[in-house]
Amino acid sequence: MAINRMFRTCPMTGLRVHESAEALIKANAVAAVVFLLLGGILALLVALTRWQAVHLLPPDWFYLVLTGHGLDMLVFWIIFFEIAVLYFASSILLGCRLAAPRLAWFAFFLMLAGGIINNYAVFRGDSSVMFTSYAPMGAHPTFYLGLILFAVGALIACFVFFGTLVVGKAEHTYNGSVPLVTFGAVTAAIIAVFTIATGAIILIPTFLWSVGLVDHIDSLMYRTVWWAFGHSSQQINVAAHVSVWYAVAAIVFGAKPMSEKVSRGAFLLYILFLQLASAHHLLADPGLTSNWKIFNTSYAMYLAVLASMVHGLTVPGSIEVAQRRKGYTKGLFEWLRKAPWGNPVFSGMFMSLLGFGFLGGISGVIMGTEQLNLIIHNTIYVPGHFHATVVIGTTLAFMAVTYFVIPAIFRREVSFPKIAQWQPYVFGIGMTMLAVFMMGAGTLGVPRRHWDITFAGNALGYEFPGTAHLMMGLMGIGGVIAVVGGAMYLLVVVHSVFLGRRIETPGFQRVRVVEGMAPIPVPQPAGAAPQAHGGAQAWGAPGTFALAMVFLVSFVLYYFINWKYLATVWPLK
Amino acid sequence: MSAIQPPEHRIWWKQPVEPLEITWIVVAFIWCIFMFLMMPYWHVFGKQNLANEAYRTTPEAYTTKTQAMVDKHKVREEKFKVGEAELTIPVVRPPAGSDVYLIARLWQWWPMLELESGQTYRLHLMSMDWLHGFSLQPENINIEVHPGYEHILTVQPTTPGTYSIVCNEYCGINHHTMASKLYVVAKK
Repeated sequence: MAINRMFRTCPMTGLRVHESAEALIKANAVAAVVFLLLGGILALLVALTRWQAVHLLPPDWFYLVLTGHGLDMLVFWIIFFEIAVLYFASSILLGCRLAAPRLAWFAFFLMLAGGIINNYAVFRGDSSVMFTSYAPMGAHPTFYLGLILFAVGALIACFVFFGTLVVGKAEHTYNGSVPLVTFGAVTAAIIAVFTIATGAIILIPTFLWSVGLVDHIDSLMYRTVWWAFGHSSQQINVAAHVSVWYAVAAIVFGAKPMSEKVSRGAFLLYILFLQLASAHHLLADPGLTSNWKIFNTSYAMYLAVLASMVHGLTVPGSIEVAQRRKGYTKGLFEWLRKAPWGNPVFSGMFMSLLGFGFLGGISGVIMGTEQLNLIIHNTIYVPGHFHATVVIGTTLAFMAVTYFVIPAIFRREVSFPKIAQWQPYVFGIGMTMLAVFMMGAGTLGVPRRHWDITFAGNALGYEFPGTAHLMMGLMGIGGVIAVVGGAMYLLVVVHSVFLGRRIETPGFQRVRVVEGMAPIPVPQPAGAAPQAHGGAQAWGAPGTFALAMVFLVSFVLYYFINWKYLATVWPLK
Repeated sequence: MSAIQPPEHRIWWKQPVEPLEITWIVVAFIWCIFMFLMMPYWHVFGKQNLANEAYRTTPEAYTTKTQAMVDKHKVREEKFKVGEAELTIPVVRPPAGSDVYLIARLWQWWPMLELESGQTYRLHLMSMDWLHGFSLQPENINIEVHPGYEHILTVQPTTPGTYSIVCNEYCGINHHTMASKLYVVAKK
C-alpha cells in the first residue's frame, strides 16, 4: 500500500499541509458542525421551555430534547472538532504526513455511526435519561452502543495522532521539541485515552445490563466511574481549547510563549491532576468519606486549577509582549485596546479566555469545594458553570479558530465578513447572560433538568421567589441571543465551505515529499548563556499582571461570599 | 519562534522564567493552598458539613423502619391534590434527637416530617428505586439520594416555618411533580 506523501505549502502561513490530513480535518470539522447545528436547534427548544413565560415543550419532549442537546453538544460536536484539532496540531504543525490515514477514516466513520445510533436511541423516545444516564434508570441498548462505538472511534483517532508524532520524529520533519500547541494537543490526547478507557469500564457493563446480561448496576459505583469519564472528557476540552488559545496568539500576533517551561509545566499538571476533579460530582453523595472528597476535589491541592491560572496569565501575557514589541507601549492597556477586535479569530479567543476564567473557572472551584457544594449541587448553577467553561471556553475558542481554518485548510474566503465579525460578540454575550442568570437562579435553589418550577396544579409544590423566575426569563433571552450567534456561525461556515470564493494561489501544486525537510538547526555555542525569555525586558507584561490581580480579587471575594451564605443554612453534620 | 513552531532553544527547560510568571505562580499557589485548607478548617470550626455515615441496606428493611416511625409518631394526615390524583400523606412528629426517616420514590417523598426548631435530628435518606435529589427550599440544602444506601445526617432546623423538599435529580417523566413539605415548629 503506497503511502500518500503529497503536500502543499500554505501561502498564508507557510505550513506544509499533507493531503490526507487536510481531507480528514475537513471531514471531522464538517461532522462537528452538523452536530452543532442539531444540538443548537435542541438548545433553542430547551431555553424556550425553561423560560417559564414561554414554556414551549410538553414534559416528555423536554426531557428528550435536553438529553439530545447534552449529547450532541458535549460529545459529538466537541469531540469531532477536537479530532480535527489533533490532526492539525500533529500533521500540519510538524509538517509531516498523517500516520495511517485509512485507519483515521475508519475511526471517522465509526464515530459518525456512533453519533447517529445514539441520536436514533434518543429520538426513539425511550432513552430520555440525560447526558449522564444514571443507572438504575435505563435507556435503550442502542443508546450505550452508540456511545461505545463513538468512543472506540475517538480512541483510534488518538492513536493516529500519536502515530503521527512518531512519524514526524522518525522522518525528521522538525528540529528539537514539538511546538507548544502540539504539546497541548498531546496533553488532550493523553487525557482522552484515560477518559475513553474509563468510559469503556462503565458503559460496557451498562450496555450488557440494558440487554439483560448483567443483573445489577450499583448507583454509587455508576456515578463514581461515570464521572471519571464524564468530567475527564471536559478536561480534554480544557487542554484542547488552551492549545487553541496559544495557537491563536501565535497566528494573529506572532506571539511566542513567555516561557516554554512554565506553559508546558502547566500542561503537565493537567495530566497529573485533572482526573481527580471528577470526584467533585460526588460531594453530596453517601458512602464516600470527607477525606476522600477533600483530597480529590481539591485536585490534590488545586494543582490543576493552578495550571489554568498559569495559562490564563501566559496567553494574554505573550500577546501583550508581542504587541508592546510592535510599539503599543502606552500605559497598561494600549496593547489590548489596539488589538484587532474586528478579527473574529482574536475576539472569539479573547472572550473565550475571559469567560472561561472569570465565570467558568471561579464558579467551578466554588462548587467543587466540599461544603459549598451543599448549596449548589444539582441546582441550575451547575449548568451555569459548565456553559461558561464548555460553551464560552471551548466552543467559542473553536468557533474563533474556524475563521482561520476556513482559509488555511478549506482554502475558501470567509463569506459575510461583517456577520463573521459580529458573531463572537453575539454568541459570547448571549452565552454570558445565560451562564450568569443560571448561576443566579441556582443560588436561589432552582433545580436543573426540571420541566416546571412553577409546579402548576401541584399542591405540594414550592413557590420560588419572583427573582428566580425573572432570572430564568433573562436566562431564556440570553439563550435565544446565543442561538442567534450560533446560527450566524453556521451560516458563515456552511456558506464559506460550500459556496465561498476559492482562494486561488498562482503556481499552486502538491509536491511529493519523500523525506522530512527540517531546516538545519542553528548551532548553539556550547554553554550559551540562556537568554531572558519571551519579553525582552524583565517585567514584559504589566497589563496582563494587572488583569490577573483583578481576577484574583474577584475570585477571593466571591469565594468568601459563598462561605458566608453557607454559614446561614441549617447546621448539619 | 511562536507557539506553533518548535521552541527556539533545544534545551528549553533550562531557559530562565520571567519574574512576572514566577510572581503569579507563587501568588496563585498560595491561594490554592488556602482554599485547600479551608475545607478541613470548616470541618473543625464550621457548622455545615456532611456526615460520613451511610449504610448499605434494602428497600424492604428501610421501609420497615420508616413504617415503624410513622406508626409510632403520626400526628395527623394531610390531603393534597397533585394533578388529577388526591394524595393522603401522614405527618410525623418524632421526638427531638431521634432517628427520622424519609423515603424517596417515584415520584414522592414519604412521609411528611414535623420538626422542632433548635433541636437536632438524625435524618435518614434513601431511595426505593432510582436516584433522587433532596433539595430543601428555601434553605437550599442539596443532597444526592441513592437506592440501597441509607445516608444519615444530623440536622438542626433553625427558623420555624413551612419548608419544601423538591427533587433535583432527574428521575423520569414525572420528576417535576416530586415535591413535598417539611414543617418546622417552635419548641414547646
